[in-house]
Order: sequence, then C-alpha cells, then structure tokens
Amino acid sequence: MSVFVCIKQVPDTETKIKLNAGSSGIETNGIKWVMNPYDEFAVEEAIKFRDTHPGTQIIAITVGPKARAGEVLRTALAMGADEGVLVDAPENLDPAQTAKILAAAIAQEGAAELILCGKMAIDDQANSVPQMLAENLKLPHTSVISKFSESGGVAEVERDTEAGAKEVVAVTLPAVFAANKGLNTPRYASLPGIMKAKKKVLKELSAATLCPDLTAAVTLSKYSLPAEKPAAQIIPGDPAAQVKALVQKLRDEAKVL
Amino acid sequence: MSKILIFAEANPQGLRRSSLELLHFASAAGAEVSVLVTGSHGKDLAADLGKNGAQKVLVAGDAQLDMYQPEAYAATLEAAIQQIKPDVVLGSASALGKDLFPRVAARLDTSVISDGVEIKLAGTQVEVKKPLFSGKCFAQAQFASGKLQMVLMRANQLPLLATPNSKTPEVTELKVPPVDLKAKIKSLIQATGNKMDLTEANIIVSGGRGLKDPKNFSLLEDLAKPLNATVGASRAVVDAGWASHSMQVGQTGKTVAPSLYFAVGISGAIQHLAGMSGSKVVVAINNDPNAPIFQKATYGIVGDLFQILPLLTEEFKTVLNKG
Repeated sequence: MSVFVCIKQVPDTETKIKLNAGSSGIETNGIKWVMNPYDEFAVEEAIKFRDTHPGTQIIAITVGPKARAGEVLRTALAMGADEGVLVDAPENLDPAQTAKILAAAIAQEGAAELILCGKMAIDDQANSVPQMLAENLKLPHTSVISKFSESGGVAEVERDTEAGAKEVVAVTLPAVFAANKGLNTPRYASLPGIMKAKKKVLKELSAATLCPDLTAAVTLSKYSLPAEKPAAQIIPGDPAAQVKALVQKLRDEAKVL
Repeated sequence: MSKILIFAEANPQGLRRSSLELLHFASAAGAEVSVLVTGSHGKDLAADLGKNGAQKVLVAGDAQLDMYQPEAYAATLEAAIQQIKPDVVLGSASALGKDLFPRVAARLDTSVISDGVEIKLAGTQVEVKKPLFSGKCFAQAQFASGKLQMVLMRANQLPLLATPNSKTPEVTELKVPPVDLKAKIKSLIQATGNKMDLTEANIIVSGGRGLKDPKNFSLLEDLAKPLNATVGASRAVVDAGWASHSMQVGQTGKTVAPSLYFAVGISGAIQHLAGMSGSKVVVAINNDPNAPIFQKATYGIVGDLFQILPLLTEEFKTVLNKG
C-alpha cells in the first residue's frame, strides 16, 4: 500500500522578502529554503498511518527546480518517509500546472491508498493544489483537516471551516487530504534518520516528460512590496489619559469607530 | 460585454457581505451579472440579489446542497458555468470558496486566482492583485486568453455601492442530477468562541505572550464586546495552547484585513506582521518601547496592558454607548 505525501520547498517564514531587479519575482539569492510548514503535518500523518498499517510505503514527492528542491525530500526521508520522488520543473508554476504534474507522477508511480498535502504553500498561498490534484485523479478530497482516523478503507476527518467551526467528513479511500496546523505534532528528524536520508537515492522525473503540453493558465507579474508605513504615533501620559486620547484619535482622526 | 457569474454565499442573516461586494463590483464594472445560489433557502435570496445588481439568478435548491458537499457543489458550479458560459467566475476566498473553486477549475482545465485584494476588468479580462507570503509582497495575476477566469476575492476589499444598480432578475432553477458522494459530511461542530472568522472581521483584538496567562484572554474578550470585534492571537500563544489555531494571525495562520487591529502584548514577529499587514489602522499596546510592533502600528501605547485594557474597555463602552 502506498501513501504519497506532496511537499514543497518554500522560503523560511523568517525571510524578509525582496524583489528581483525587474520586479518580475522575488530575489531568491540568500534565501533559506525549508519544507512548507503545513506539509510537515502531512508527512507526520503519513508516518502515523504507517504505524497502524504495517507494510505501507510512504513516498514523498516534490515538484521544483532540481538544483534545490531535492533537499526538502531529504527532510521528509529523515522524518521517516521511505522514498523520495523529485520532479524537476521550472520555478513559479501555476497551481493547476503543479497539480497536473503531481497527478501524472502519482499515476505513474502506482496505486495510492492515501495522498496527503499541506493545506497551502506559504509562498504563493494558492490553497489549490490538493483539490486540483484530487480532481485530476478523480478522487474525493477534504481540505484543511485537523483530525484524521481510518477504519476499513473509510477515513473520518475533521475539516476546519470558519471561526473555529468544523465539519466531520467520512471519506472513502483512496482520497486526497490537505493538512492544517493542529492535525498532529510533526516530529523532528533524528540524527540517525538524517544520516540514513543522506544515503538514499532520490527518484528523478521531469515535468517536461510527464506533461509535455503544459502551459500556465495564470501568470504573475509586476511584483510589489507593501507601502511603508510611518512609525506609530506614541500616545503619551498616564493610562487614563492615554486611553482617552487613543479613543478620540480612533474616532476623529482615523475614523474607524 | 463581459459575462460574470458570481457564486454567492449566505448565512442565516442573509447574503454575506463578501458576496455583496462581488455583486457590486461586477455590476459597477458594467458586466452582465449572473449569480448562483445553493440550498433550499436559495430562492429566498433572489429578490435581494436583484436589488444588488443580479440580472440572472440560478437557484440550485436541492436539499443535498444544504451542507457543503464538495462533489455535489462542484457538479452544481460546473452546471452553472455550462449554462451561463461566463468569462469570469467570482467567489469569496472563504472556507467554502477556497475548497470548491480549485476542484472545478481542474475539471474545466483552468486555474484559480485566490486571495485577490484588488480586481480590474478590462474588456473580458481581469487583472487581480494578490498577496504572496501573507502580504510580504504582492503580484498582479492574469489568465491566459481563452481560459475561464476563476477568481476568489478576500472579504472587505471591495467597496459596497451606496445605491446598488437594482434589477428585476430572471430567476431559473438549476437542476443537477444527484452526485454519488465519496466524501460526505456527517455532522457539524459549532464554534464556541468567535462568531465571525478573522478573515472577515472588521475589528480584531489580538493578544500575545504579554497576556502572561491564558485566563487573561478574558480581558481581550471584554474589549471585543463593545467593539463587536473578533479575538485573534499570536503564534506564540497558539503554540502554547492558550488559544485555538483558528485564532492565529500570521504566516502560518490567518492573513487579515480589518479596518482596526489591536495588537496587545504582541512583540511583532515578522510572520505576525505579515499576517496583519492588510489592516488599515493598527493599535499596539506593549510595555517594551522597542518592540517591532511599534514600527508597523498607527498608534502606540507603551504601558502595562493590565492597566490599559480595563480602562480602554470602559472608554469604548461609554463612547460607543454600549453597556
């Protein structure tokens, strides 16, 4: 039985984003690349699934430039994934392209019982690939899950909706799930795990071979940074005076009350 | 003329503000405006949709659609698109919209622009400004010509018209054959705290480690009441278990855009500053004058939040005349 975990390499959340010279993208020099934080929950859930389903193979798969993206697979392998598949592809794919490449790669690699993704990548924030992947593979999906259990080929999951509300969903496997924070506590890679992961051979595929006619439906251009704001007006005085002055400013100056 | 199909969402009080924003945008842009509503109460919304600019209303009134079932909704939106043949399909970047639109986009061999904060219509093509990295930067997103343009806009980004272009809409029932559901909602777990999601909130009061103890979140809840605000939290206190993840503002939480944001006892990690960067006015209350939050705030109070918050709550009650 195979479980696929789709992961993406993204800039660390500490990164101060700068634009490239033509403002056609971000400046990638000097960026520290990490596993997309939501994907860590997906990897952890795959390992938990294997614990209760001995014989399961966990295949971590990523789509990205070969020059850097393999590293994120090493992280997944060090956490406990069994195999890594690197699909070489250009930077900045549209989510529909990524979902097509993943679907083609997963279909080629064998029957998946379970496909786990993070709910979104924190770089392009598309929130789209898991649902698109499910559609491409004609599988059901549940996005934004914070609880997962499985029995007899049916998963019961909780999907976080809005303002803390949840839906309890029964899903017939195989299916695609997109992990939210709260699903589990991702483990740290152990030192022996890291050593073992270094020695593993990654399987390499190419997006151009898997999906030869791939074109972007959406393109991004004219990148910009948020407008700089002046530093705060610090309100002086004792607490009572500060509070009075603040409320007056919110009402009369900022006009937000 | 550009044809726009809007996927409208309602709650028990009626149409959601985020759906009205889409409707007003589309009608002000001079498009031919059709709206899809779902569920057994969908038909009750037709008149209100007309008042707000809808020329055609498709009602998918099947009871299977009373709860969000992704496969049934995907079939319904797909059927509406086949019938209307729009250039643009607009929805809100809500929990439902973000789940539904990508699935339908894949089925129709297109993509989705999600989390739009600005949108322009030129001829039949849209140009959408969207945040990346939770607002650390932005980009303009456009569809290749010939592709169905599916766009999800964030709430509170588009203005409501003072006088909407009222229409008498043509109402048709959209019949969709029942779908065999492989993912099926069994039950709903209602939220216990906030009534409105942070992404839709107009005023947010967020707390961080400066609150010192989870029980002190009650000070924020007290402040939220007279303001009708939604309570948020920093990652540090969510990770410590003081608040639920649904309350987290930041790069691994919610990206918010209220008109007024209070950051109380939050020092201002880069991920939090990104998540709140869409706020119009920011008030920071912190005892550390060097906290980075003051660089991103409109107004700052350097002081003890345990003294300030109760006074502030009382002042708002008085000024806003809400007991």
